[in-house]
Amino acid sequence: MATATAPPVMVERLPRSRSLSPFSWDRVTPILMIAPSVVLIAIFVYGFIGRTAYTSLTAWRGVVPDYTFVGLRNYIRLFGTEKFQADIVNTIHFTAFFLAGCLILGLGAAVLLDQKLRGSIFFQNVFMFPLAISFIVTGTVWRWIFNPSYGLNVLFHNLHLDFLQSGWLTKPSSALNSLTIAAVWQMSGFCMAMFLAGLRGIPEELREAAAVDGATEFQIFRHVVFPLLRPITLSAVIILGHISLKIFDLVFVMTFGGPGYATDMPGLNMFITTFRQDLFARGAAIATVLLLMVALLIVPYLIWNLRGETER
Amino acid sequence: MLVVASPRARARLRPSTVVVYALLIALAVFYLLPMFAIVATSLKSFAEVSRSTLWELPKAPTLDAFGSAFQTLAPSFVNSVLLVVPATILSALLGSLNGYVLSKWKFRGANVVFALLLFGMFIPYQSILIPLFQFLSSVGLYGGIPGLILVHVVYGIPICTLIFRNYFATVPRELLEAARMDGASVLGIFRHIMLPISIPGFVVVMIWQFTSIWNEFLFAITIAQSQQVITVALQNLAGSLLAQYQIQMAGALLAAAPTLLVYMLLGRYFVRGLLAGSLKG
Repeated sequence: MATATAPPVMVERLPRSRSLSPFSWDRVTPILMIAPSVVLIAIFVYGFIGRTAYTSLTAWRGVVPDYTFVGLRNYIRLFGTEKFQADIVNTIHFTAFFLAGCLILGLGAAVLLDQKLRGSIFFQNVFMFPLAISFIVTGTVWRWIFNPSYGLNVLFHNLHLDFLQSGWLTKPSSALNSLTIAAVWQMSGFCMAMFLAGLRGIPEELREAAAVDGATEFQIFRHVVFPLLRPITLSAVIILGHISLKIFDLVFVMTFGGPGYATDMPGLNMFITTFRQDLFARGAAIATVLLLMVALLIVPYLIWNLRGETER
Repeated sequence: MLVVASPRARARLRPSTVVVYALLIALAVFYLLPMFAIVATSLKSFAEVSRSTLWELPKAPTLDAFGSAFQTLAPSFVNSVLLVVPATILSALLGSLNGYVLSKWKFRGANVVFALLLFGMFIPYQSILIPLFQFLSSVGLYGGIPGLILVHVVYGIPICTLIFRNYFATVPRELLEAARMDGASVLGIFRHIMLPISIPGFVVVMIWQFTSIWNEFLFAITIAQSQQVITVALQNLAGSLLAQYQIQMAGALLAAAPTLLVYMLLGRYFVRGLLAGSLKG
């Protein structure tokens, strides 16, 4: 931090040193400056979350709100539906393969780019441009690539790789994995950027010292580089993991949850239940379950981050 | 940041260099595949699209598909611009105020406030969507761009605050203290010292917000049905012209063009925003 390295010549004259005075603009102004944001977040995040949770305990179905309290009935019915059970299984399946795909491609690409060959910048830009476009665009284009009669199947046939042909999005057995391919295409660049920043942060001397000690390139990776990348890997897993729990746009465009429930996800289910079927209370219950899943991942992560910050 | 010159350039052509290039090229083919699909398809006529495969280049290139896509998407393209510009500016301004206070004027409990703000950027927006829909309906902002601007400003506060807080943390404390000795107030320091030096912070935040808001879909389809933005319009176009892949691809390119352009011109800043979102990264 900048303050730690600066010469200690300045006399400490901070607002805290005047805290004896009963009123000071120096203490009030900062609070007034962030007050608008704090109030907005208090209402639009926490107030609304509370209201959603409350709505999930009511009997509201149909266009007119009905706040008759029904306890956990919506949750019990929700977990009993085949659709929501499919959502949970799909989410776990999708998250596992999505994370694996992003981590492998991301780490692989980062290690390759870290060789600093000529043209690395070009390749880096190519690997990351999908991050700048929307899931809607990605979904539209990949749906075309997955078209069974015009797309990948034709390419595989021409390359004599017919065993790779598939029904892609049209078959329940392959739809979720096809969706995962498109998601990995879009998000793996994020992992790559994280790993690349991590690799560039490892002091060259560390690797050289290991090399002098006779470690092979592989041993250096295994015992020096990878352990140092662990915190970054955890960050990437949590950020991508919470994105995959929330996945909505891509499913909406590519499959709308189908065929059957093969690619349905909680985020999409909530939207359809609430805004297409007008089952507001049940939609609120799905939203609350989704929020709890995300919070389970994010809250410890936030605490870990902010604790680490004060220790620095 | 990611463009640091190498201290150990390996110019020698070793077998491993060839392998690395081969792998890089293989990866590039995967990432550029959709770009090929867009270009090869959008330049075909409908007749050619239905008779050729995705992998054949257009024999008689035509811009007809772009004409049709543009005609359909132009109004929503304008709507997206009207949404993105004010929403980006407003959330950047709020973020700079918060970032300044939370890095340089930490009051008691400031870190808790910061953590509570940050949580707002990770929530699934489904969990606030029903009350949001009710609220916007009750104040007459449901259905159009003004409501969507409000929503993006509010839910953009956490990430903008985070990026500015990180940015202002790098500003030496001595600068503030010197200004304090000259009698500058909290606001005066912000206006005359911090704002002028925070241009790079603004660039990062505004590129990030521009990209996220342009690409956003859930809020747009839920609360702005009567004034469609580009993502919603593209989805509708793809849904209504199912076999017209050339128009879908042309539309996809039009919808992606603004953010792609920004990425190509200012990619470095985009990456900074991206990594800021992961806190420790």
